[in-house]
Amino acid sequence: MARRENSEINAGSMADIAFLLLIFFLVTTTMDVDSGISRKLPEKSEDTPEVTIKEKNVLDITVNRNNQLLVENEFVQVTDIRRLAMDFIDNGGGVSAPKDGNPGEPCDYCNGAKDPASSDHPSKAIISLQSDRGTTYGMYVSIQNEIEAAYNELRNKLSLKLYRRSYRDLLKDYKDSPTESLKAKIDNLKDKYPQIISEPEPIK
Amino acid sequence: MSKFKKKKKGLPAISTASLPDIVFMLLFFFMVSTTMRETDLVIKKPVLPTASEVKKLEHKSLVSTIYVGKSKDARIAGDKIQVNDKIIDIKDIPSFIFAERALRKEEEVKFMTTSIKADKEANVGTILDIKEQLRDINALKVSFSTTKGTDLKSNY
Repeated sequence: MARRENSEINAGSMADIAFLLLIFFLVTTTMDVDSGISRKLPEKSEDTPEVTIKEKNVLDITVNRNNQLLVENEFVQVTDIRRLAMDFIDNGGGVSAPKDGNPGEPCDYCNGAKDPASSDHPSKAIISLQSDRGTTYGMYVSIQNEIEAAYNELRNKLSLKLYRRSYRDLLKDYKDSPTESLKAKIDNLKDKYPQIISEPEPIK
Repeated sequence: MSKFKKKKKGLPAISTASLPDIVFMLLFFFMVSTTMRETDLVIKKPVLPTASEVKKLEHKSLVSTIYVGKSKDARIAGDKIQVNDKIIDIKDIPSFIFAERALRKEEEVKFMTTSIKADKEANVGTILDIKEQLRDINALKVSFSTTKGTDLKSNY
């Protein structure tokens, strides 16, 4: 007959083993969240239709290889871009492009100066970023960031007016609980201030 | 007198029986949240620029990363591009993206994002070349990887 011994397994070293594993994972873990400025590149197509764009509807930003900035042929600092871009986009000096057979409408939500020499409508306002091959990437990202900030600020303002909630909050709500009504609101804001950024070939 | 003799009773030992449980709980947390670094940098670690308007990249499994930075050897000038574990040429980027696409399901391909982790001292020319290559093969979602912060002055 086999001996029946009710001996318990010694679990005292269990903690040590677990600690060892824990320390291993503590050391190897990297909790970096990858975040950045997202951009959608324009699609490449063979037949690019010729469109004529009025000079006043384009905000020219040029940056040279010494990281110096020209906006509409004036020497500015990076921190000025946000205000300049906002003034430009939100100007609303004319009417929007005719859509679905409807004639263009003036911008009824713009708070700009309605300067006839600046952009007609946010949907027409194009920001052109002309960079040099020698510009540093940090400068480039700063400019992109300021442009993004300008759009976000404008959307924020409109969002507060229409929905009493900032654009940022709307996006956050949408991420937590995606509903159709929220999506419609966000799309509406994006539609009111669409991001139109053009990046011509860099200067050699 | 023995009635008043102080009872010699030390502190009861704290039970350590639940210690393994606690440690295991921590262990599982770290096991789940850990991401092993899958690439070793061959180039110098890029110093990411700072930006305030950042968005988090949502689906980590759908992100392919391109590193741009200086070579570790100080004598070699110019920007180097690294994907996976090796330095590649600009014109090899499409084949890298195709290889990345082959690993994913077909319906996920259109959600794939390319994250560009470039040093802030890198040339814009290199970045724009990469963007042009990505455009050629219709990999249109791009994220310029940055650290979050408001101090843009440190970028340039």
